[in-house]
Amino acid sequence: MKSRRSFLKASIAAALMPMPALAQGQPRIIIVGGGFAGATCARELKRLVPHARVMLVEANPTFTACPFSNGVITGLRELRAQQFNYEALGSLGISLVYLPATKIDPQARTVTLRDGTALPYDRLVLAPGVDFRWGSPAGYDEAASARMPHAWKAGEQTLLLRRQLEAMDDGGLVAISAPPNPMRCPTGVYERASLIAFYLKARKPRSKLIILDAKDSFPKQRLFQAAWQQLYPGLLEWVPLSNDGKVVSVEPATNTLVTDFAQHKAAVANVVPPQKAGAVAAVAGVADRTGWCPIDPATFESSLQKNIHVIGDAAISGAMAKSAFAANAQGKACAAAIATLLSGETPPAGKLINTCYSLVAPDYGISIVGVYQAVNGQYVDVEGAGGTSPMDAPRETRAAEANYATAWFRTITAEVFG
Amino acid sequence: MGGACARTAVAITYLFATLITAAAATVAPPSGATSCTGCHATDAKVATSVPRIAGRLAAEIVAAMEAFRTGQKPATVMDRIAKGFSDAEIRAIAEWLGGQK
Repeated sequence: MKSRRSFLKASIAAALMPMPALAQGQPRIIIVGGGFAGATCARELKRLVPHARVMLVEANPTFTACPFSNGVITGLRELRAQQFNYEALGSLGISLVYLPATKIDPQARTVTLRDGTALPYDRLVLAPGVDFRWGSPAGYDEAASARMPHAWKAGEQTLLLRRQLEAMDDGGLVAISAPPNPMRCPTGVYERASLIAFYLKARKPRSKLIILDAKDSFPKQRLFQAAWQQLYPGLLEWVPLSNDGKVVSVEPATNTLVTDFAQHKAAVANVVPPQKAGAVAAVAGVADRTGWCPIDPATFESSLQKNIHVIGDAAISGAMAKSAFAANAQGKACAAAIATLLSGETPPAGKLINTCYSLVAPDYGISIVGVYQAVNGQYVDVEGAGGTSPMDAPRETRAAEANYATAWFRTITAEVFG
Repeated sequence: MGGACARTAVAITYLFATLITAAAATVAPPSGATSCTGCHATDAKVATSVPRIAGRLAAEIVAAMEAFRTGQKPATVMDRIAKGFSDAEIRAIAEWLGGQK
C-alpha cells in the first residue's frame, strides 16, 4: 500500500509539473489600475480562471471615463454619465482595494500599498494610464492647471473647463494646446475643438477657437478639416507645428500661451500636456527611457520585468492608438494570455481591433479603425484593413456613426463596469 | 488504511477536477475574437443599435463578414474590420462567438 501511495503521489506530482501555478493552489493575480484596461482584465481573469485570487488595486472608488467627456465640457451631457464604480466586479469575487500602490518589488513579487501592506502576487498587471510631464510647456505645472485646465483626466478638470467656457463673454478666444505623440486619445483634442466650436457657434458666435499643435498631422485630419469648413467656417483655426503651432511656455497669470514667434492671450486656455506612462510604471521598473512600457505583444508581459504585464495607455503597443477601445481589447487579450500561462502553455499572439469614434457635432460622427497583428515583437496594422470613414459619405452616414459612437460607450462601459 | 486510501482517492478526484476545470477555462479564444464585444454587447440590458453577435449562428456571422469584406453589405466600420481577417480566422471567431451566451 505504501509503495502504491508513493506511486500515486509521484504521478500527481508529475501531472502537476508543467503547471507550477496550479501546484501552488490558487494563483494570486493583482491588477493595479481600474480604468478600461485594468477593470476589463480583472473581470476577464476571474471569468477565465475562476479559482484564481484576483485583486484590483485602485486608489479611486469612482471611475470617471474620458471618452465622451468632451460632451460634458460643452454641456451636452453631465459628468455623472461618465462615472462608474466597481461594485459589479466585487460581486464577481474580485477583491477591491481602494489604496494607491506605492512600491512594487518584481523580485519578491509584492505590491506595497500606501498603508504599508505588502501583497504577494504570482502575476501582476499594471494598467496605470498616463501621467503628465509637468513643466512642459515651461510653466505648466499642477498649480497652473487650476487656471488653465488640461481636462485630459476626466473629473474636476472637465468641470473646470466647462465652467470657464460658460463664463466666457461672447467674442473671447479659446486656445487649445495639443501635445506631441504618443498621447492618450490622439483624436480627442480635435473632437474637443469640434464640440467647443459647436457650443460657441450656438451660444457665443463672435468667439474664436485656435488649436496650437506640437504636431504637423493628426488622425482623421482630412475628415475633421472638411467638417470644420462645412460646420464652423471662420470659427476654428488649426495651427500646425510647422506654422509656429508648438506652445513652448505658458503664463497662467495672464492666460497666455507662448510659441516661438507669438503670444496668444486667451479667454479660456486648455493645455493638454505631453504624457508618459502612469507613475506606478516607473515605480515597478517597467517604463523605459521613453517613459512608456515595452511589452511582449503575445502576453503583454513587460520586456523589462518578468511576471509583470502592462496594458492600456501605458504600454508601447505599436500601431495601436491609446484609446479606451484598445485598452479594453488589450485587457481581454492579456487575461487570456495569463490564463494560458497559468496552465503551463505558451500563448500565441492574436490579432486585435481598435475602433475610435469622434464627434464633430452631436449628430456628426467619424471613425478610424485598425486591425493589428504582432510582427517582430510589435503590433502593426494588418495591410488592406482599417482606415477612416470615407470623405464623401452623406450626412446620414455621419449621423449613423454618431449613433454608433454612443452605442459603443454604453456597450463598453456595461462590459467593464456593468 | 482504508481511511487513508479513501482520503487519497478524494484528493486525487479533487486534483483532477481542478485540472479539468482549469483546462476547460483556459481554452484561448481565437485570434481577434474578444475585441468584438467592445461594440457588440453581450449584456442583454444594454440599449444599442449595434446588433448582438454572441450566441448567433456561426454561419450567419461568417456570411455577414464575407459580405462586409467584399462590400456587398453596406457598412460604416465593419467593412474596414472584416478585411483584416482570413476565411479561417472569421470561421474560428464565428464559431467561438456562436458558443458564447
